Parts: sequence; structure tokens; C-alpha cells
Amino acid sequence: MTNQTYKRKRSPVNGLFEWYNNLSLERRRTIMGYIFIMPFILGFLLWWLAPALVAGYLSFHRWNLISPPRFIGFDNFERLFSDPLIVTSLKATFIYTVTSVPLGLVFAFFLAVLINTKIRGIAIFRTIYYLPTIVPFVASAILWAWILNTEFGLLNAGLRSLGFAKVAWLQEPGWTMTSFIIMSMWAVGGPMIIFLAGLQGIPDVYYEAADIDGAGHWDKLWRITLPLMSPIIFFNLVIGLIGAAQEFVRAYLITGGGPQNSTLFLVLYIYRTAFQSQRMGYAAVLSWVLFIILMILSYLVFRYLGSRVYYENPGE
Amino acid sequence: MATTNQGQLTTPDRVENTRSAPTFLRIINIALLLIFGAIMIIPFIWLVSSSFKSQNQIFQYPPEWIPNPFQPENYVKALTYKPFHIYFRNTMIIVTANVVAVVLSSSFCAYGFARIRFPGRDFWFGVVIATLFLPTAILIVPNFLIFARLGWIDTFLPLTVPLFFGGGAFNIFLLRQFFRTIPEELADAARLDGCSEFGVYWRVMMPLAKPALITVSIFTFLNAWNDLLGPITYLRSTENFTIAMGLASFRSQTDISWDLQLAASTAMTIPVIILFFFAQRYFIQGIVMTGLKG
Repeated sequence: MTNQTYKRKRSPVNGLFEWYNNLSLERRRTIMGYIFIMPFILGFLLWWLAPALVAGYLSFHRWNLISPPRFIGFDNFERLFSDPLIVTSLKATFIYTVTSVPLGLVFAFFLAVLINTKIRGIAIFRTIYYLPTIVPFVASAILWAWILNTEFGLLNAGLRSLGFAKVAWLQEPGWTMTSFIIMSMWAVGGPMIIFLAGLQGIPDVYYEAADIDGAGHWDKLWRITLPLMSPIIFFNLVIGLIGAAQEFVRAYLITGGGPQNSTLFLVLYIYRTAFQSQRMGYAAVLSWVLFIILMILSYLVFRYLGSRVYYENPGE
Repeated sequence: MATTNQGQLTTPDRVENTRSAPTFLRIINIALLLIFGAIMIIPFIWLVSSSFKSQNQIFQYPPEWIPNPFQPENYVKALTYKPFHIYFRNTMIIVTANVVAVVLSSSFCAYGFARIRFPGRDFWFGVVIATLFLPTAILIVPNFLIFARLGWIDTFLPLTVPLFFGGGAFNIFLLRQFFRTIPEELADAARLDGCSEFGVYWRVMMPLAKPALITVSIFTFLNAWNDLLGPITYLRSTENFTIAMGLASFRSQTDISWDLQLAASTAMTIPVIILFFFAQRYFIQGIVMTGLKG
């Protein structure tokens, strides 16, 4: 009896195996392939495509998290054009992105060149240069809020001891952007390590050949190092732009978007609109704005800089 | 300087070149290394030193580096001011679930992308790369509605379940790169021995991919440990807070003084630093793999 039920339960599975084994090798491989990537496909549909559709739906609705969403047509979009904060917020995000990313890349490249030397103890320097990058965002935000404190902060203490006047780093709207750029420059360890690996990957023979031709350090930098590094620079640039455009934690914790909304970055504005003002519909529209801006930015970067990237082995 | 390098024995010209000619540049290089090393580490030292200071000393001008009196009790005060032991437990639950999800799910998908050839694979891999470049912050609002409908708000589910579906494009990409370097002969040998495709994945590839899996786990740990936007969006009640949220809530309370904020910040940083020193190799490897093979 038990044997029979066991057999009956097994049979559809056995049938499936039989069916599978009779398929051509190519078919079997296709089925296997899709089984393996199925988690990603489901994840993409559930956590990317579905949210995109939901964001589209929310854009035409008013939803305050309590009563059910109500259809309001294009009101959220109209609001976009009469909202002074969106302009402030876009301006802050834009200025921060286009200044902090190039400056950060130059600094990371410079540090990578510095730590690409063979001296005793260089590993310690590499660790020290990378350390700021692994400090949790929340902890580093608190640390910097303290360093940039007008009265008791370390930076102003340093400036005062050199005879400069103290600066209201986080209270004066004209200075906040500089403060945020300084904070972002402290943690450039990620791109720095990528640059370092790139520098170490350049074969010595190129430099030796340049030596024979009598090239100086500057020539070598511009004609060998930078062209060979261009794919890596490009990669770091794209990753940096995407990261900077999503700046949130520091603004949320240190300035709260102020003073005078000078650090109201777009993601912070979205977060506030959604969860503090409870306007989910308008927040969805703002999310679309961020998405479109990043797409345009990526397009421009790929269009105008991507073509200048030098690939040594284009076939790879 | 290494003197037993074999390269130096065979190419003496080059050694002379690097050692004697650019001494001036070398001195500048070392000087700059020291200057920037100081700039990078000073905020760090400042953090630790301030975390041991008394309230009086912290508001002193000019600032002092050595805490006097030395107050380790700042840590006790800071970590008991809020129930950080509960926040720690919550964070560890989320972190563990994330690491398990990523190790299982992203390696499973990566195997499909790396080792099986089938129609549509390149299209779906293109989708993986595309999501790599999409800003996750745009999803916060619509995902909130989805999770609200599912009744998942104020649970750990929104912060853990999605990772079981693919484990993140970054991790799939990194593990795929690694799987591609493993010789196919090993998989063929296993297949001859009667291993199914799942067997090849689980018994051949996974053990060989251990270094890459550790790298992926470390970055997953860090992301979950540091994340603030996710928890403040989906978690509500204080007994569900993560460490990052607990520390962030210090900021909004004016009665918590700087010494306690800095002590709690240091405490949150210490586990990460320990992890970094034990697993430095995997950190560097992971960063380099994504940057150079992209």
C-alpha cells in the first residue's frame, strides 16, 4: 500500500524527467539556462518593472498613505512646473554632481599615483588612504558634522590657528556645497583602488620605450598612462555620477536640507515629499524626474566621452 | 626596498634607473604620501579622541588631542541611552539574511549567465548591466506602495526578501566574471561522473568560487550594516530599528551631547574596521574585479 502511493506520487515527476531527457541537447540547455537565471528574471519583474508601473500609476493619483489613492489626472505634473523647491533641489543636485565627481576623480587618481610606489610600508599608506571609505555613512556624517562645527570644529580651529577667520561651514548657504564636496573627497578609496590596479596593469615596456624616445614625466602621463587608463576613468566617472546624484545620508543627517534649502538634494526632497509631507503621487513624479535626468546624463557621458575611451583589445 | 627580487638580477639597467635617477621625485612622493596620509587619518583620530572626552573638554578652544579626563564610560552611556543591543540584533538578522540571499541567489544566476549558452542569455545579461546603472533611490516610493499592500511595512521583509531574487546586479556580475575563469574541463569531468547541472554548480563551482563569494559577502555585509534610506523608509517602531537608524535618531535629539554621538559613531565603525583588517585581500580583490573587468 505504502509502496503504491509512493509510486503514484513519483510518477508525474518521473514523467517530467523522461520528457526532459528526450529533448534535444539545445532545448535542455535552454531550459537549464532559464532555470538558473529565473531568480533574476523574477526579481527584475517584481522589484524593477512592477515598481516602474506602480510609479506610473501613482503619478496620476493623490495618496497620503492613509486613505486609498485618488485619481487626479495631470495635477502632479502641473505642480512640477509651479514648484519652486524642485528648481532649488535640481540646482543643488546638479552643482554637487558636476563638481564633486570630477574633483573626486582627480583626487583619487592623484592618490593612486602616490600609493603606486615601491617603498617599505606602502601597504600601511594604502590602508590609511582607504580607511575613510569603509566608515559607515551615518558615523562619518556625524564625525563631519562635528569637524565642521563653527565654534568647536577641528577645521575652523586649524584655520584660526593659521590666522584665517572661522567659516560657518554648515550654516552659511554659500558654504554648504563646499562642505559637502570636502566630505565626499575624504572617501574616494573605491575609485582610488581601481585606479591603482589600473596603473599596475600598464606594462613597463611602454614606459621603457618612452624613456628611449626621451619622453618626460608629463609626456608619459598624457600619452601613455591616461589613454591606457581611459576605460577605467570612464567607469569611475559613470559610477561616481550615479552615486553623487543619489546623495542622501549626509544631507538628511547633517543639514536636513538646509540652510535655505541649499542642500535639498533630489533624493532627500523625494523622501520628504513621500514620507514627511505624505504626498506619494508627487514623490513618484519626482522619482521619474531623477530617473530621466540620470538617463540624459548617462547618455551624454556615453555619447561624448565614451567614444574617446581607448580600448587596447577591442575584441575582448 | 626589496633586494632579493629576481627581476633585479636579470635587468640591472632598470633597477639603476628607478633607484638613482628620480631621487628628487621620490622624496616629493614620500613627502606627499605623508601629508595626505595625515589628512586622511586626522578626522579618524579626532573621532576616537573626542569619543573619550568629557563634555567640558570637547567644547574647549583650542582643541586638545589627548582626552583628559579619559572617559570610556561615554561608550556605556551612549550605547545604553538607546537599546542598542536590540538594534544590533535587528541589524544582524538583516545582515545575515542578506548575506545568505546573495551567496545563494546571485551565484545561482551567475552560473547560468557564465556557464550555459542559450538563446536570450545575452539579452538578460544586458538587463543585469542596465539595472547596475539605475539609481535604486527612484524605487523607494513605488516599492513602498507594493510593500504596504503586502503588509510588509515595519517588518524586515522589504529589506531582505528582494535580495533572494537575484541578489543584486553587482553581485551577479562579479560572480559571473569569476565563474568564467574556471576551466570547463572540471565541469565536464563532473558531468561524466553523472553530475547534473545543479551538481556542477553546487559541488564544483561553489567550492572553487569561495574567494569571490567571500568578497560578495563582505560587500553585502557592509551595505546592510550601513544602509539608512531602506530602514528609515520601511521600519517604523523603535524595537525594529537598525544600528544606523538608532545612531541617526541621536541627531534629531538635541539633548544628546557630542561626546555620546561620537562614541556611538566609533562603536558602529569598529566592527567594520575589524572586518576590513581580517579580510583586506577580499576587499581589494572585489573592487578591482568590478572596475577592471567592466
